[in-house]
Amino acid sequence: MALVETVPPPAAVIIEKPVGKTPWARVKPMVLALIVPALLLAFWHVATTQRWTRLIPTPYEVGEYMIDFAVGGIYDDAFSGTLLTHLFASMGRVYGGFALAALFALPLGLMIGRIPTARMVLDPFLQVMRPIPVTAWLPLSMILFGLGPRSAFALVCLGAFYPILLNTVFGVRSVDPKLFEAASMLGCQGNAQFYKVVLPAALPSIFTGLRLGLGLAWFVIVVGEMTGVPQGLGAVIMDGRTLSRTELVICGMIIIGIAGYISDRIVVMIGNRLLAWSPTHHG
Amino acid sequence: MAESKTPIIEIKQVSKVFKLQDQTINALHDANISIRKGEFVCLIGASGCGKSTLLRIIAGFEEPTTGEALMWGSPIKGPDPTRGMVFQDYALFPWLSVRDNIGFGPTSRGLGRALVKETVDKFIDLVGLAKFANAYPHQLSGGMKQRVAIARVLANDAEVVLMDEPFGALDAMTRERLQDELLDIWQRTGLTVVFVTHSIEEAIFLADRVVVMTPGPGRIESDNPLLLQRPRDVASPEFNDIRRVMSAKLHSHHGKKAA
Repeated sequence: MALVETVPPPAAVIIEKPVGKTPWARVKPMVLALIVPALLLAFWHVATTQRWTRLIPTPYEVGEYMIDFAVGGIYDDAFSGTLLTHLFASMGRVYGGFALAALFALPLGLMIGRIPTARMVLDPFLQVMRPIPVTAWLPLSMILFGLGPRSAFALVCLGAFYPILLNTVFGVRSVDPKLFEAASMLGCQGNAQFYKVVLPAALPSIFTGLRLGLGLAWFVIVVGEMTGVPQGLGAVIMDGRTLSRTELVICGMIIIGIAGYISDRIVVMIGNRLLAWSPTHHG
Repeated sequence: MAESKTPIIEIKQVSKVFKLQDQTINALHDANISIRKGEFVCLIGASGCGKSTLLRIIAGFEEPTTGEALMWGSPIKGPDPTRGMVFQDYALFPWLSVRDNIGFGPTSRGLGRALVKETVDKFIDLVGLAKFANAYPHQLSGGMKQRVAIARVLANDAEVVLMDEPFGALDAMTRERLQDELLDIWQRTGLTVVFVTHSIEEAIFLADRVVVMTPGPGRIESDNPLLLQRPRDVASPEFNDIRRVMSAKLHSHHGKKAA
């Protein structure tokens, strides 16, 4: 008997990308996204050219300095043409610290989520440690790891650690219990369930944790680089402050923002690929 | 045949007591039932009558507090691929495609790649989802999800299919179609089906035997073989006669309680 004939019309088929968009529909998101930055820029321009403050440079000055910072040839001072050096130094610490945080937080989170004893031993301690801000750790970190890059690395790692840990624990603990029953009646029991049920089911949460962790790694980079490192965007901002070179500070801020944004978009793209099965996971 | 003498599933004086803080709940009291291979048995009753508990004991998800649950004469110890469960809310693995959900059991049992593929193809065709082989569960309708859940259990060589109100969340049209398809599969494969429902009509349409259960504590009120010829017509006078009798049995309990 042909059961195939009784298939209902596809109620919810894979959603296809709408074709034949008008040019306006295509640029609309970008235009909308640029409204606020444009207004801010206009306000900044008016405020500085009208001399409401003398301490902040005009957008034009910052733009000019940004070019000098990137390729040199305008002011030719100690910072000219060093943007990439500082950016790469910071990126190394951000991704390195993040990777180290993930290395600790993922297994720990899986353990706390799955093993009640591990949860009872570690959870209270970690909950007390968690509210302590990374800035508060700065002096201790410099004592423990010395002045310089190692300390910066440790602080970034600490900043990224908790979101990864907490989201991993959450993901592991909120697996639908029915899925364990389904797996065991299909012949997948005991430890095999960890790889075939727990890990994939927790993946969306783990991924959210990694995304937040990487965001926080960028967020704490300036504090991390207060530890007396010669290079890095945080170091540039600190130097700019001591030298009263506000245009340098603003350049550093803009680059951290853009770098953090691009890095987040890449993570989201990887996530959309990896988690195509998850209806709630399209960033 | 020896097979026809030993029942495939036997429940002997099974009781189940749940303890919730300081409360004890008699979910099931002294249940006895024996199911022969190839039978289609429906468990029916109001909520709290223990029908789902009984099903979960047969599945091996719960252990009886007292009494024995046997399959082919030996005690049921935990869940096993020979007894496949179809849940009301599907319980598909959302991260696996239709194909991989159906292949989950065969893969877990360590079948080779080629054999898994062959098995999956066969059961995807059986439930008519070939076009959706690579779709994820969230892209499917409720009826399609339940087809995947059924195929997943069949692909794993289940001898007994346990169904816990499997069509309860579906619209009437889809439910009727899936009932027909289920009967069709059952008749062709010789499966044993234990089917929990709260719909009298569904039970009478599907079952060889309707086991009526009553709550407080959950117990088996009566075990009713149906001699109605298949295919059954829900509009026939015979069908309605049986429905009336069953309805009386289901509701007799309330009368007793009120008295």
